[in-house]
Formats: sequence, C-alpha cells, structure tokens
Amino acid sequence: MPPYAGPSANRSGEIAETLRLLAYLTLAVVLIVLDHRGGWLARARQQMQVFVQPVRAVAGLPGQVIATVSNDAGTLGQLTAENRRLRNELLVTRARMARLATVNADNARLRGLLGASEQGSLDVQLAPVLDIDLDPTRQRLVLRAGVGDGVRVGQTVIDAGGVVGQIIEVAQLQSTVLLLTDPDHAIPVAIARTGVRLVAYGTGRADRLALASVPLSSDVKVGDVLVTSGLGGRFAAGFPVGTITALRPDDSRAFLVGDVKPAAQLDRGRDVLLLRTLPPRPIIGAPAQTAAPIAPGATAPAPAGAATNATANTTMKPTSSAAKPATATPINTTKPAATQAQAPAAPAPVPTTPPEPKPEPKPEPKPEPAAPTQEHR
Amino acid sequence: MMRSRSPWILPLSLLIALLLALLPVPPLLQALRPYWLALVMAYWVIEDPDRVGLGFAFLVGLVADLVMGSLFGEQALRLVVITYILQRFRARLRFFPMSQQALAIGALLLNDRIVTTAVHVALDEAVPTSVSWFSPLVGMLLWIPVFVLLDGLRMGGWRRR
Repeated sequence: MPPYAGPSANRSGEIAETLRLLAYLTLAVVLIVLDHRGGWLARARQQMQVFVQPVRAVAGLPGQVIATVSNDAGTLGQLTAENRRLRNELLVTRARMARLATVNADNARLRGLLGASEQGSLDVQLAPVLDIDLDPTRQRLVLRAGVGDGVRVGQTVIDAGGVVGQIIEVAQLQSTVLLLTDPDHAIPVAIARTGVRLVAYGTGRADRLALASVPLSSDVKVGDVLVTSGLGGRFAAGFPVGTITALRPDDSRAFLVGDVKPAAQLDRGRDVLLLRTLPPRPIIGAPAQTAAPIAPGATAPAPAGAATNATANTTMKPTSSAAKPATATPINTTKPAATQAQAPAAPAPVPTTPPEPKPEPKPEPKPEPAAPTQEHR
Repeated sequence: MMRSRSPWILPLSLLIALLLALLPVPPLLQALRPYWLALVMAYWVIEDPDRVGLGFAFLVGLVADLVMGSLFGEQALRLVVITYILQRFRARLRFFPMSQQALAIGALLLNDRIVTTAVHVALDEAVPTSVSWFSPLVGMLLWIPVFVLLDGLRMGGWRRR
C-alpha cells in the first residue's frame, strides 16, 4: 500500500464510492447494449423526444438566424440579377419539362402497350431542415416535420440534386434523416450509362461516398453517374446519387474501389423533399387515351433554346394548369404535397406525327406565362 | 467550503453546455468540438462536490444522450468515468496552478476519447475520425476560460448577497 493512500478512515468511503462507480458503469453498459440492439428502448426514446425538442429547436436557432440574415442582406442589384437568372432558368426548365412531359406520356403509353403498369407515381412533401449535424460519426439531419405531417420511417429524402438519405426516426413534430454519407449507410445504385449494379457506402464525410468491391471486369469509368437502382425496396429507382470521381485497385488488386461525389447538396440548403410512393396507379388511363389523337407541336425535339420557348409554353398549357403551379409553389407554402410526377396527365402527343406547329384545340392561352417570355427576350 | 448561493448557475451552465454541443458548425469544427459537458461537469465536481456526484453525472449523461441522439447510456458512462476520476484526485487538483489543471483536464478528455472509441469498437459502431483526437486539446485550451467564467459567475453571485 502506498504510504500516501490517505487516512484509513477514508478507505471505507473510497470502497463505497468504487462500488457505486461499478454500479453506474454496469447500468450504463446495460443501457448502451439495450439501445444498440434497438428494442423497447427505441420506443421509450421516441416518447421522450417530445421533451427534448425544445432544446434542439433552441440549438438550431443561431444557424437559422445566420441563414436568414445572410438571405436578407442581399442588395437590390443582387436580387435583380438573381431574379433574371431564375427567370431564365425557369424558362429553360419549362421547356425541358414540356419535352419531358411528352416523353413521359409516350413512355406511359408504351408501357401500357406492354402491359406493364407497375409504376407508382411519386408524391413529394417539402420539409424544412432544423439544421443539426449531430456527431462526426453520425451524419444526420433533423427535419421540422413529424408524424403529424405524415412522415414515416423509411421515406426517401431528396433535394434538387439527388438523394439525401432516408428517414430513420419520427417524433411528433420532428424527424431524423440518416444521410447517405453516414458511415452506417449503404445505398444500392446503378451506373446510369451501363446499368452495372453497385453499392455506395457512406464515409462520414459530407463530400464523399465510397464504392467497394467493384469487379475489375465491370464497365465502370470515372465520371459515370450513379442513380438509385431501386433494389432492396428502400429507395425508389432512378434518382441521382452521385458521380464517380476516382477509381483505384483495392489492396487485394482483385477489385476496384471508388470515390463518389454525392449529387445532393448534403451540407447546405434549408429544405428537403420527402418522397412518398403512392400506391401504383393504372398508367394507361384516361389522359393517355384522350390525348392520343391530339398532335400539337410539342414533339419538336429541339433543345431547350429560344425557339422552343414558345412551343413549350403552349404545349405545357393543358398539363401545367394542373401540375405546374403545384410544383412551383411548394417553396412558399410550408408543406404542400407537390405532385411532381403528374406528368403522365400530359397531352401525350404522338411523336410520330410531323412537327408542324398546329394550335391546340382546347387550350385558351393564358397571358401570364407568356408575359415573362417576352419580357425576358 | 463555499456554498453557492445561486443554485441556478449549475443547471444553466449545463444547459448551455448542451446547446454548445448541439450548435451546428462546419464539419471540421464539428470534429474538433470540445466535450463541453465534460468541461462544465468537471468544474462542478471540483468546486461543488456536495451537489455533483456520480449519480448526478449519470443523469446528466442520460439527458445528453437523449438530446444529442447518441447511444442511450454512452454519455452517461463517459461522464461517470470522468466524475469518478475527478473525485479521486479532487484534493490535489484544487491546489494545482491553472496550467497544470488544464493539463490534467486534457488528459481526462483524452481518456474520455479512448473510452468512447472503446465503446464504439466493442459495439461495432462507427469509430470517431482521426481529427477528433485533437478535440481534447481544444478542451484543454478552453479549460481556463471556462473555469474563470464559471468561477466568476458563482463567486460574483455569492459576493453580492
């Protein structure tokens, strides 16, 4: 015994203290293991989230304040420039949408011919990010949308660029998103160019995913775009995941490993979209059939240039009156269910008809979309 | 022993530590973020051992786990370990000069990182990034300001009455 162990009167107290330490340690370890296994503790935890929410909300405040201030600080000139740019983009996007709508309708019709009506339409919901990244080893987001808003565990979260992650926890008013880049996360992907199936793993860094065990023989190149493959049933197929930025042999020299740059902007943005897969609808429905005889000039497969703007606007009319405002507004309103994939309801012009710009029988051209066009040009 | 006459400083400081831990920051700073809760707890264990003991540390840890979404019990374990070590060496620590105290706290935080890593490895969870091994250093540098600030708050409140 060391001579400076302290007065002996203290020793019983020390032993008691050590015993208490052991008791607490045991309790903590038991809790950790229980939580790790994910049992009833997960539910208890969910219940208690209610009490915790205010604290998180307060912690999220500074970030929001900063974002608001930097947003509000834009000068008039900046805003004008941005407005012009956005208007430009809107036009181009509309033109593209018009083309896509025709392609989509066409696709639906062909699919109907094939008898494969297995494509459920997609429904999205906008959710504000409460902006909390919890731990270096746990890449998560907290959203201000919960059970009350219809959020469910397992929903895919996307942004304008691509897949962001998936919902793993839902409380009454908030939900937690596991980001693609969380080290625990893996997502089944396919290379858009060749259809080769791979799995992309999170690395813990917001700007990188990892591909592992890519066979040397497979057709994979740097620059290939990865999309979700839909395998596993968790993520809907066809959403961009990222771009391959590097490929190199692994340690065994039998496989390749790769780096992927995520398509989604995982570390910025104030809103994300929650994907809700609706029950599959019969695709070959009324819209495709009624639209078939109509042959508007929308088929002109020109690139989204100035020439297409006019046709785009007219052809978008019948669908846009229903679908376009829905897709355009969600940024303003808090949580509308923006119906994005409603495009099958498009006029579905038959692509084989000559691209002669014939005025459509039905639509009475509304002045408002035309106005920005002229103003802009 | 001086008794703190303003009992709200203890919970308030812990709440602020929690908020600091939750505050969203860029990824690099995220990894370097000191264990605020441990710093504040350390102060209270050293200065007010009557109120802050193992049980208190355990409870605070559970709350922190809940708030921060870590494994339930993980921070409870970490804080209990920290508190126990501090209690053992409290008598000596109190009479250390500030700089040595900071060194001791740094060692404590390093130990805490080892404990965390051990827990994560044992459970096959993600292991902290290499940068985060520098966070004890940040905590060490922050010890003196934290100590002076908390001491000032506590003593100031005590003197006024």
